[in-house]
Amino acid sequence: MKSLADLQAIRAKTLENINMRKEDENAARVVVGMATCGIAAGARPVMLKFLEEIKDRDLQHVTVSQTGCIGMCRLEPMVDIILPGQEKVTYVKVKPDMVDRIVAEHLIGGTPVAEYTIGAAEA
Amino acid sequence: MDLYRAHVLVCGGTGCTSSGSAKLIERFEEQIATNGLDKEVKVVRTGCFGLCEAGPVVIIYPEGTFYSRVKVEDVDEIVTEHLLKGRKVQHLVYVDHKTHESSVQKSLNEIGFYKQQERIALRNCGVIDPENIDEYIAFDGYQALGKALTEMTPEQVIDEILKSGLRGRGGAGFPTGKKWQFARASQAEHKYFVCNADEGDPGAFMDRSLLEGDPHAIIEAMAIGGYAIGADEGWVYVRAEYPIAVKRLEKAIEQAREYGLLGKNIFGTDFNFDIHIRLGAGAFVCGEETALMASIEGKRGEPRPKPPFPAVRGLFDSPTNINNVETLGNVAQIILKGADWFRSIGTEKSTGTKVFALGGKINNTGLVEVPMGVPLRTIIEDIGGGIPNGKKFKAVQTGGPSGGCIPASLLDISVEYDTLTSVGAMMGSGGMIVLDEDNCMVDIARFFLDFTVDESCGKCTPCRIGTRRMLEILERITEGKGEEGDIEKLENLAENIKNSALCGLGQTAPNPVLSTIKFFRDEYEAHIRDKKCPAHHCQAMLNYVITDKCRGCTLCARKCPVSAITGTVKEKHVIDTAKCIKCGQCIANCKFGAIIKD
Ligand SMILES: Cc1cc2nc3c(=O)[nH]c(=O)nc-3n(C[C@H](O)[C@H](O)[C@H](O)COP(=O)(O)O)c2cc1C
Ligand code: SF4
Ligand code: SF4
Ligand code: SF4
Ligand code: FES
Ligand code: FES
Repeated sequence: MKSLADLQAIRAKTLENINMRKEDENAARVVVGMATCGIAAGARPVMLKFLEEIKDRDLQHVTVSQTGCIGMCRLEPMVDIILPGQEKVTYVKVKPDMVDRIVAEHLIGGTPVAEYTIGAAEA
Repeated sequence: MDLYRAHVLVCGGTGCTSSGSAKLIERFEEQIATNGLDKEVKVVRTGCFGLCEAGPVVIIYPEGTFYSRVKVEDVDEIVTEHLLKGRKVQHLVYVDHKTHESSVQKSLNEIGFYKQQERIALRNCGVIDPENIDEYIAFDGYQALGKALTEMTPEQVIDEILKSGLRGRGGAGFPTGKKWQFARASQAEHKYFVCNADEGDPGAFMDRSLLEGDPHAIIEAMAIGGYAIGADEGWVYVRAEYPIAVKRLEKAIEQAREYGLLGKNIFGTDFNFDIHIRLGAGAFVCGEETALMASIEGKRGEPRPKPPFPAVRGLFDSPTNINNVETLGNVAQIILKGADWFRSIGTEKSTGTKVFALGGKINNTGLVEVPMGVPLRTIIEDIGGGIPNGKKFKAVQTGGPSGGCIPASLLDISVEYDTLTSVGAMMGSGGMIVLDEDNCMVDIARFFLDFTVDESCGKCTPCRIGTRRMLEILERITEGKGEEGDIEKLENLAENIKNSALCGLGQTAPNPVLSTIKFFRDEYEAHIRDKKCPAHHCQAMLNYVITDKCRGCTLCARKCPVSAITGTVKEKHVIDTAKCIKCGQCIANCKFGAIIKD
């Protein structure tokens, strides 16, 4: 290590992995429903897909966590996305191949993918 | 590097390690692998979280769920419920003593124990893996060193520390910037920067926790200090009884060398600095700076008169700066965030925070870091969660064997250097022992004096003989053989010792006695005149008495090992006080609460 820039490089490399332990009001949260039915309905591949997409795009300030039973088993797998300072948006019957768009348009672009949301499903 | 969605932080501090956290880590890793989660969930061994009493402690991020007293058997449930299905394991979640709220929906910082705390020195403890330099760097580690070396002159570094108002956390509270100035001003080819990690105060463990939880912070601060005073060699003097701290420090030094953060031409500048470790044998007096340096040099750890001060002639006769671990724990943050930021925390004359080892009769024993100037009440009631078993708070002992007591009437005192000194207690290194109505203040004084008599190196007479005289008087008093005039004798001896002892150990040894006399003179008098211990603690003055609540069940008479209890069935029993050996068996066995100590 010969300079502050070298130090920054190590910092950046480790940071994404550490961020969740910091208090970060700017963090976007992806919450995947993982109760028994959620897992049965295929929530795990969905969550893994989210992790993969986030890693591939090197997104900072995003945490992926799970939650238990929400009481709407028929709509599982469900995923909540909460952007800082915004209401949560709930996606239902999420399949791994939907994750790419949710990440690109919602997590990065800031616009929810309307047709995947609970509003569209219930309408 | 894989992106993990969850981190399982398991405390690897001394407290939790002794309650079995190493086994937990093993089991977590095993179970996480079994459930196919090893690509998503990472297990991290951290330093002390501060709530050792609730250990072993496990925190799961990103939720920040705080599990306490986790056993190996609990791990499977945490993995399958929390990590696999996202359901918190309610019965393991930490419950706040005071509010009885569990931390289920809360993040760590909302728990009562942490809410009132402000973590600067301990900021990384329980957050990072202390054996991984990258994690330290990710939390802004070594940036302050880079900034100091590449953007600041040594004078500017000293100036920043001076302006921050940082004072020594090792006991005396001397301004750190001033000390660095003196050491810088000494001209010499070779200078040393020493870290005092001897931590001899019984009941204190903040320096140990800091070294265990964030060793790189100390290394970084020593390098910054070395640059500021012009030293190229550092020594850490750490007690051999701290094996985990020593191991982590060794590992951290190695990693820092590998990264070129210790060694030659650090950050491409012409600054060279390296650090060595010296293990101390654990004598209390070796924490005194001149004794400590003698000990590093391989000589007997005995103090010598000052001046010359270490800044002029210290280690191996070269100018030396010596700072306490916790003092150093603040340095990098001050350089990084600036003196003004540091000054904004705490009070005018006591800036920043102080770490205390809270112990004794208190619900949440553990490590707490609070801004200087908080009311003592906040520490005891809000953070400490009050006194267990509904007992009454009596006093707090601060400053260990050099300090004194703060009685309940002063509970609203602001905790900072000068206010504590003004009431005859002192900040000391940060031991804080809470006493309740069952603690006898004469006996507390005796306890600390017993410690100093044991630890006196014997080099000077006032300390060697004087403290022993004081101890003899205190022992007499607690044995019910106190005499009129004993209090005055104690006061005279104390004055003499304070004025003539060679080093700080002797000079401060009488403090626990003087301070208890000052606030609890009536307890001394009760022992001496009435031959009574108001706290019912001193055995010699205790009588076990059976009251009218006795139903005559005969149980106590059968339990008494010396047959001191007589009586017939269904009649009130009596204790023969001449026979009674005060073993307490009868009280422990009486189902009707009929026996009392008087
Ligand atoms: C008997 C005695 C024991 C001491 N023990 C310690 C100790 O364990 N740790 C410590 O940092 N300072 C201890 N000190 C204070 C040191 O002499 C010295 O003042 C301190 O390390 C300076 O660091 P600071 O300015 O950062 O507080 C002790 C002093 C005396 C008189
Ligand atoms: S005061 Fe006590 S410990 Fe200090 S030098 Fe004298 S005898 Fe030794
Ligand atoms: S055990 Fe209690 S109730 Fe029974 S005889 Fe003894 S004092 Fe009386
Ligand atoms: S304290 Fe012990 S010795 Fe005394 S009366 Fe009770 S049981 Fe007997
Ligand atoms: S178990 Fe799936 S929503 Fe309840
Ligand atoms: S050692 Fe684990 S919380 Fe202190």
